[in-house]
Amino acid sequence: MRFSVLKRLPSAWRRPLAVTGALVTVFWLVVVLAAPLLAPHDPLAQDLPRLASPGAGHWLGTDELGRDVLSRVLYGARISIPLALLLVALSLLVGGALGACAGFFGRWVDETVMRVADLVFAFPTVILAMVVAAALGANLQNAVLAVLVVSWPSYARVTRGLVMGIRNREFVLSGRLLGFSPWRSLRVDVLPNVLGPLLVLATLDIGTATLLLSGLSFLGLGAKPPAPEWGSMVAAGTQQFDKWWIGVYPGLAILTVVLAFNFLGDTLRDALDPTAARTIGAEKERVA
Amino acid sequence: MTPPLLTVSDLVVQYHRSGAPPVRAVAGVSLDVGPGEVVGLVGESGCGKSTLARAVCGLTAPAEGRIDFDGTPVRPLGVRRRDPALTRVQMVFQDPYGSLNPRRQIGAQIADGIRTAAERGEKADGATPQQYLTRVGLPESAAGRYPHEFSGGQRQRIAIARALAARPRLLVGDEPISALDASAQAQVATLMRSLAVESGAGLLFISHDLSVVRLIADRIAVMYLGRIVETGPTAEVWDAPRHPYTKALLAAVPRADGAGVLPTELPGDVPDPAAPPGGCRFHPRCPVAFDGCDREEPQLIAGGVACRLYAA
Repeated sequence: MRFSVLKRLPSAWRRPLAVTGALVTVFWLVVVLAAPLLAPHDPLAQDLPRLASPGAGHWLGTDELGRDVLSRVLYGARISIPLALLLVALSLLVGGALGACAGFFGRWVDETVMRVADLVFAFPTVILAMVVAAALGANLQNAVLAVLVVSWPSYARVTRGLVMGIRNREFVLSGRLLGFSPWRSLRVDVLPNVLGPLLVLATLDIGTATLLLSGLSFLGLGAKPPAPEWGSMVAAGTQQFDKWWIGVYPGLAILTVVLAFNFLGDTLRDALDPTAARTIGAEKERVA
Repeated sequence: MTPPLLTVSDLVVQYHRSGAPPVRAVAGVSLDVGPGEVVGLVGESGCGKSTLARAVCGLTAPAEGRIDFDGTPVRPLGVRRRDPALTRVQMVFQDPYGSLNPRRQIGAQIADGIRTAAERGEKADGATPQQYLTRVGLPESAAGRYPHEFSGGQRQRIAIARALAARPRLLVGDEPISALDASAQAQVATLMRSLAVESGAGLLFISHDLSVVRLIADRIAVMYLGRIVETGPTAEVWDAPRHPYTKALLAAVPRADGAGVLPTELPGDVPDPAAPPGGCRFHPRCPVAFDGCDREEPQLIAGGVACRLYAA
């Protein structure tokens, strides 16, 4: 896999959207790592003039408590992005494991997992996440759990399909004939060959996860004040419509993160060539 | 006489389709393979020979009849781990591009086979993946490379090395040469034979190519529409075929001196195995069918042919 990715990266990554996505992603990752160095103020300190419009000393203005919006947006990246990554990793792990078992073992395992997944799919995502978050209590950890509950089924479905597609391939059967246990067969023969498309799905999902998490915070079901979380900052901004900078800048932060990860996911998909990745590279190798 | 290694008796394998009668891909086949014996199973596409091979390995469940390997009944492979006693049956598949894991190095895949033999509790003979690669005529350095770096013929030899590493007593080749070009076909076929015979294993070699099977098989079984119509030592079947279908197959083999001579083709196509013709399955296409062939189904007689021409 490593080889085919390296060989195919350049052409796919030279497109404008790919470059934009990569640059914006890198920008936000730098912000996550270096927020204390970049932020001009303490994001929690309420020592600036209240509701000051953007200008010298506070480039993006200040909020209703006299906090620097720029510093809060920069620090907000440290909450939203790591949580979104964690959430996607957990969804991939939970949904991938359940979906792989469903696809590989079939029968009642498949029935059970997929019926539960259907149950989750039947609810509107945001509303179900709200219900779970409200039931668990409003804080960020519970918001992550709530989104996990609604996001694993799509991973389970995709993984199940991919696993069913290759579990009867000859190299998997060869392994079984050599006496592989089902777990070894899954780990050695099946999973490495379905990982490519799953990583694309995960990358595309980081944006959605950011959006859902911010959405829960916006509704008051996530981050608690005074934490500088983008969703809750947008919520505060809606209280002061004439002071547009309070809500617009954190909103822009969410927008750019979501777009950047979507561009990145698209690029990754093109780079991996999903049709070939789905048939596990065999067709491409045949031509090569 | 040594008892056969593999005994297939009255095997029936059906494929179920929704809303249609089941297809009897294998309709009552009996076949033995002895230790060190090379049996060639030939027949045209769709006659059930691959299904038979899969059933022998436990990849397809039989509807009737039984398969015994070395005294152990072959149980269909479910999701559970394969019975260690049955890992002495190994298979080489048809598609060299699909039978190796594209994400793993060759050496690791052959090491799986070595591990299989070790897990059976056999004393390790210290053979390495490199040695198995050498035995199939590939350089030792191949162990560190990935499947896509090899040609079809080379991959098929890697698949053979992996199967051999499990030290099988029976090797099943499911059309292992049909996806290869002509120059690699004979090479891979003779390699399979010599390695199997060398290690004392039986070989069930399935192919639609009689001219290659003739080179390597001790005994030939000819299959038509789910049944064996003729079986016998290779020389006898090749030089003196008796069943009209075998004769037609042999006539279709191109000959070096037959320039410009087209073989006489059999009329019609292979009938739908879901609705085989009554009586002898071959009678609608048989050039010598006579009165009664469409009613009585001939059985394989002691002489090794299932045709009413030879009925006692």
